[in-house]
Amino acid sequence: MDAFTSHTGIGVPLRRSNVDTDQIIPAEFLKRVTRSGFEDGLFAAWRRDETFVLNDPSYAAGSVLVAGPDFGTGSSREHAVWALMNYGFRVVISSRFADIFRGNSGKQGLLTAQCRQDDVELLWKLLENHPGTSVTVDLVSRTVTAGDLVASFEVDDYTRWRLLEGLDDISLTLRHEGLITAYESSRPRWRPTVTA
Amino acid sequence: MAGTLAEKVWESHVVRRGEGEPDLLYIDLHLLHEVTSPQAFDGLRLSGRPVRRTDLTLATEDHNVPTTPGPITDPVSRTQVETLRRNCEEFGVRLYPMGDAEQGIVHVVGPQLGLTQPGMTIVCGDSHTSTHGAFGALAFGIGTSEVEHVLATQTLPLTPFRTMAITVDGELGPGVTAKDIVLSVIARIGTGGGQGHVLEFRGSAIRALSMEARMTVCNMSIEAGARAGMIAPDETTFAYLEGRDHAPSGADWDAAVEAWRLLRSDDDAVFDEEVVLDAASLTPFVTWGTNPGQGAPLGSAVPDPELMPDENDKAAARRALEYMGLAPGTPLREVPVDTVFLGSCTNGRIEDLRAAAEVVSGRRVAEGVRMLVVPGSARVRLQAESEGLHEVFTAAGAEWRLPGCSMCLGMNPDQLAPGERSASTSNRNFEGRQGKGGRTHLVSPLVAAATAVRGTLSSPSDLDDVTEASA
Repeated sequence: MDAFTSHTGIGVPLRRSNVDTDQIIPAEFLKRVTRSGFEDGLFAAWRRDETFVLNDPSYAAGSVLVAGPDFGTGSSREHAVWALMNYGFRVVISSRFADIFRGNSGKQGLLTAQCRQDDVELLWKLLENHPGTSVTVDLVSRTVTAGDLVASFEVDDYTRWRLLEGLDDISLTLRHEGLITAYESSRPRWRPTVTA
Repeated sequence: MAGTLAEKVWESHVVRRGEGEPDLLYIDLHLLHEVTSPQAFDGLRLSGRPVRRTDLTLATEDHNVPTTPGPITDPVSRTQVETLRRNCEEFGVRLYPMGDAEQGIVHVVGPQLGLTQPGMTIVCGDSHTSTHGAFGALAFGIGTSEVEHVLATQTLPLTPFRTMAITVDGELGPGVTAKDIVLSVIARIGTGGGQGHVLEFRGSAIRALSMEARMTVCNMSIEAGARAGMIAPDETTFAYLEGRDHAPSGADWDAAVEAWRLLRSDDDAVFDEEVVLDAASLTPFVTWGTNPGQGAPLGSAVPDPELMPDENDKAAARRALEYMGLAPGTPLREVPVDTVFLGSCTNGRIEDLRAAAEVVSGRRVAEGVRMLVVPGSARVRLQAESEGLHEVFTAAGAEWRLPGCSMCLGMNPDQLAPGERSASTSNRNFEGRQGKGGRTHLVSPLVAAATAVRGTLSSPSDLDDVTEASA
């Protein structure tokens, strides 16, 4: 995973709440066995509507998505994160994220910046009135800056540290393999196995 | 200190706790399917890591499988299933493939084998893993990176969840089911209401539910945004488990039951949130919109977005009604459907099929309506056939299919055409979920069956000469 400290890119206003992962990447695109190439499926149904924000050339090179509350609800598909990242997004800003989506994002290096809904509304206005405006998201200071607007965002300390360092979870866990083995020897004997 | 059920299960699985870090939690059972695992196995291969505990890992084929006889015709779907087979063989993971007597939807298979037991931690790369919480297990969906993490380490680093008690006391009225309970809960707390929480369902109405009905309730916890749903184990749980293939036996059974009896929230345990529902006030519930929180009693009408106080709700409802092709004020009972889908990990178990069969028995599916009946597993299908349910369904004009996820998400050929409307016993009514442009109303098996017969959203009481007012 690449380290993430700060990112500056064009902000894309997505004025919708409850953006579920079926909308981010419909099931028909989940049949691939790779982690790449999902950009075609990103918001596939909505992109068929020519007025959809991603079809506006001013936002075509966008990399900071600013969405309504409850972003990433529904299915656990990590393909939603891959699709956003394959398309070029590095940050999603929302006032509330679904848990599994947020966890998946943290594993892949997609920053989910949780801002107050008031600030999301201000960002939407700014990005709609001035398409192509750059947004800077700084993980060190936990701030979003766009035009004159400076807003703080929340991200948990552990995810922040892992993103800043670009650390891989599995390697971190395997440092404690001795503890895993010790735990295994203490499990009740009647716990099931799939083989017995 | 007093603890909740979720906290007790959590505490008994902590492998490592470090200041300012997530807890490292041991995972007792890891379930796999073809959609969310290929990239995880690929990661293992790239880093030269084995599967740590193949004896705690089980795979089934469910999302892509056709429900009509024959091979998978879509080459991309076939590749995905073949990739799972290759991965399971290479890494030594047990797999129940299409055609196997144990194949089925992953969340139906685990419980029926007796692999899902109280007090366990269970994960799967599928959000409906919450189903297994019905047994008092802490069970939750994970992403593919986490699948790889569990395959490699049998653990997950996790930040403790908050807890929410959902107490449903009283007696359910006739024709009111577990599905109506959970749809009512989601409408009440919203699709984000459970965010970060484990929901513990309790109260006399929950205690009175069968294990299969409890699974329906826990299955849809995720639709309220929750990480998991749980129900404390009791005699109903033990009776369901005893004698199943992977349940403990002999002295182990006694030791297990003794431990399981301790798995309940202490009387003075403190939940972060509490919600109370009166079972007697619940009626058959259906969704009218494009998220599972947009629901209403079947006896009511399509709501008017303009009357909603919250601006986000209003905008979402406007969009939803446009997508659903519904006008505010339309009685829900007058909404006609093209398709009825009975199945899924929410309502594809034997009791669901029995309940629906009883309604359609001796009746006919309405002209112009197709009804798909898709058992949740091969075992459910065989059981239903041994009871003659398949004949009841086919005599009524319904299609009797092979087990799989099917039209719940339309990764196989079972899909709605654009503009088609379904009454579906599944869990998600998102835009395009059951096929591009498809319109989904989430319902219970009883409502699904009655709707198939009448052709518009209905409950079984509508089929007799019962007045609307009493329903």
